[in-house]
Amino acid sequence: MAETTTHSYLENTGRYKGLLSWLTTTDHKRIGLMYMWAMMVFFLVGVILGEIMRLELFRPGQQFFNAQTYNGIFTIHGIIMIFTVVIPGLAAVFGNFSMPLLIGAHDVAFPRLNLFSWYLFIAGAAIALASQFMGNGPPDTGWTFYAPYSTQTHTNVVAAVFGAFVLGFSSILTGLNFIVTIHRLRAPGMTFFKMPLFPWSIYATAWIQVLATPIVGITLLMIIAERWFRIGFFDPSLGGDPILYQHLFWIYSHPAVYIMILPAMGVITEIIPTFSQKRIYGYRAIAMSSLAIAGVGYFVWAHHMFTSGISTTERWIFSLLTFLVAIPSAIKVFNWVGTMYKGSISLKPPFIFALGFIFLFMIGGLTGLVQGSLATDIHVHDTAFVVAHFHYIVFGGVGFAFFAALHYWYPKMFGRMYNFRRANIAFAFMFIGFNLLYFPQFILGLMGMPRRYFDYLPQFTAGQQISAVGGWLLLVGIIIMLVNLFSKKGAKAPDNPWGGKTLEWTIPSPPTVENFENIPEVTEQPYNYD
Amino acid sequence: MEMHRDDLGARLGMWIFIFTEILLFGGLFLVYAVMRHRYSDEFHQAAHQLNAFIGTLNTVALLLSSATVAMSITAVQKGEKRMGVLFILITLVCAGIFLFNKYLEWGHKISIGLYPGSDMMIGLKHGYILFFSLYFFMTGLHMLHLVVGSIILTIIMVRIQTGSINAGRITLLENGGLYWHLVDLIWIFLFPLLYLIT
Repeated sequence: MAETTTHSYLENTGRYKGLLSWLTTTDHKRIGLMYMWAMMVFFLVGVILGEIMRLELFRPGQQFFNAQTYNGIFTIHGIIMIFTVVIPGLAAVFGNFSMPLLIGAHDVAFPRLNLFSWYLFIAGAAIALASQFMGNGPPDTGWTFYAPYSTQTHTNVVAAVFGAFVLGFSSILTGLNFIVTIHRLRAPGMTFFKMPLFPWSIYATAWIQVLATPIVGITLLMIIAERWFRIGFFDPSLGGDPILYQHLFWIYSHPAVYIMILPAMGVITEIIPTFSQKRIYGYRAIAMSSLAIAGVGYFVWAHHMFTSGISTTERWIFSLLTFLVAIPSAIKVFNWVGTMYKGSISLKPPFIFALGFIFLFMIGGLTGLVQGSLATDIHVHDTAFVVAHFHYIVFGGVGFAFFAALHYWYPKMFGRMYNFRRANIAFAFMFIGFNLLYFPQFILGLMGMPRRYFDYLPQFTAGQQISAVGGWLLLVGIIIMLVNLFSKKGAKAPDNPWGGKTLEWTIPSPPTVENFENIPEVTEQPYNYD
Repeated sequence: MEMHRDDLGARLGMWIFIFTEILLFGGLFLVYAVMRHRYSDEFHQAAHQLNAFIGTLNTVALLLSSATVAMSITAVQKGEKRMGVLFILITLVCAGIFLFNKYLEWGHKISIGLYPGSDMMIGLKHGYILFFSLYFFMTGLHMLHLVVGSIILTIIMVRIQTGSINAGRITLLENGGLYWHLVDLIWIFLFPLLYLIT
C-alpha cells in the first residue's frame, strides 16, 4: 500500500508484471500513455498514407495507383487521422495523464471505465483497419461516408463505419468520465474558477463528446441498416433524402472539430504563462470562451453543405453563426499574446511549438472564414483550398499543440529531460515542411485543383511538387522529434523543470501511483506568478 | 490503493449516460419528424397496420415494470430483501410480456412480407416504406436496449439476493432502475408516434 505513494507509476507494484500490468492497469497516467503509444502508431500509418498520396500527386497522370486505389487511400487516411488520432487527441492522452494532476486528484472518477474506454478505442481502430483487408476492398467513400454512394458502393463500408461507431462509444465514455471527475474530484478549495485552464478545456470538450457523438453513432447505424436492410432513409428511390445524411453527419462532425481543438487550446494556455512567467491574461475570458466555442459550435454544421442545395435562408444563417463562432477563438489568441506581453520569455521547445501553433492556427482559422462566407465558399468548396484549411487547423493546430504538450509534460511523464537543440531542429524542419506542404494547396485550390482527385491538369504541377518536398521535410522533422524523445534516456528531470505554477509541478517526476500523498488545499488563483 | 466509493459521482455518471442514450434515439426521432412532415398522409395510413391494442398492452407492461423497479428500490432501502427481489422479478416478467408481444407483431409483419428490403416493401408508396423502416429500426433498437436492461436487472436481482446490494449500498440498483426508466421512457415516445397517429 505504501508502494503507491513512493514508487513511480512506471514501476510495477501490482499483481501482474510487464505488459500485463499495463493491460490491466486502471491508473490514469498509464492509460494516458497507452493511448499515446497507440495513437503514435496510427498517426505514423496515417502520415505514410499521406506521403503515398503526395507521391501519386507528384506529377499529372497516373504514377502508381489508379483512381479506385487512390480513393481507398484518402478514405483510410481520413478515417485513421480523424477517428483514431485527432478526436481522441490531446483529451485521451493529456486529459488522462495531466488533467487529474492539475485538479489535484488521485485518479479519474471511474478508473475501470477508463481502461474499458481504451479497449474500445483499440477495438474500434482494429475494426476500421480490418476494412482495408476484407473481401470487397477498402472503402472509397472518403471519411465522410456520404449517401447515396456509401450505401451503394460494394467496398467494405460497414466495417469502417462500425469501427467508427465503436470509437465513438469510447469517446462518449471518456467524456462522461472526465465530466464527473472535474465535478467531483477537484482538490479542496479549488472552485471552478480556481481551476487551471487545461481542465477547463477538457471539461468543455467532454460535454461535446457526450452530447454530439451519439448523433453520429445513430447515423452510422443508419448507414449499416441502409446497406443491409434497405431502410431507405437516404435513398430517394424509396422516399429518402441523401441531404438528411449530410445534416445528421455534420451535426456531430462539426462539434467534433471542437473536440479536437479545445484541449489543444487548453494546453497552449498552460504553456504560455509558464514560459512567460506571468499570470494568464483574461482567465475568465478563456474559461468562458471555451464554453462558448463548445456551445456555438453546435449551430454551424451546415457550413459544410453550402453547395448541397439547401435554401438561401439556411445558408446565410449558418454563415452568420460560423462567423460568430470564430470570435471566442480569436479572443483566446489575444489572451495568449497579452500574457506574453511584458513577460519573462523562455524560448524552450514547448514554447516554440506553442508559438508555431498560434501562427498556423491563425492561418487555418482565417481561411475558415473564406469558406464561411457564402460567395467565396462556392469557389473553394471541394478544392484543395479546403484541404489546406483543415490541415492548418488540425495538423498545424491540434498536431503542433500535441507536440507542444508532449515536450511540456514529457519530464513529468518519464522523469527525464530531452535535448533542446534537437527538439528545436525538429521543430524547424516540421514548421518549414508543413508550410511548404500545405500553403501551395491554398493557391492550387483557388486555381481550381479539386480535392480527392488522383490526377490533375498540368498547370497545377509546380504547386504539387512543392507540396511533396514540404511533406518530406515534415517527415524528417517528425522523425528527428521522435528519435530525440524516445531513443535514449536523457538527464533525470527535476520536479519542476519549467517553473510552472500548476499542481503537477509540485509532485515528483515521474509521479507516484497515487499522484499526491496528501491532496493539497488550494487557496490561490491559478498562475500565481506575482 | 484504498477503494473509495462516490455514490453521487456514480449517479451523475449514470445520468450523463442516460442523456447520451436519449440523444442516440434523438437522431431517429429527427428522421421520423422529417419524414412524417414530408409524407404525413401516408404515415397516417400506414399506422393503421399497427395494432394499437397490442401497443397499449406493451405500454401498460412497461409502465408497470417501471413502477415495480421503483418499488424494489424502496423495499431494499427498508431492508426488505425478499420484496426487493420479488419486485425485480415482476419487472422482468413485464419485460418478457413486452418481448413476446413484439415477437408476435414482428413475426406477423415478416410473415406477410412487410419488412425492410422485401419485394413487397419496395413496391409500396414512399411514405409507407419510410414509416415501416422507422418502425422496425426504432422498435428494434428499443428492443435491444430492453434486453440489455433486463440483463442488468437480472444481475442486480442476484446481488440483492446475495446481499451485496443492500440499504447501505444501493447505487447499482438505483442506476439500474434509472436505465430501466429510460427504456420505458423511450417506449412512451415511440408508442404514440408509431401507433396513435391514425
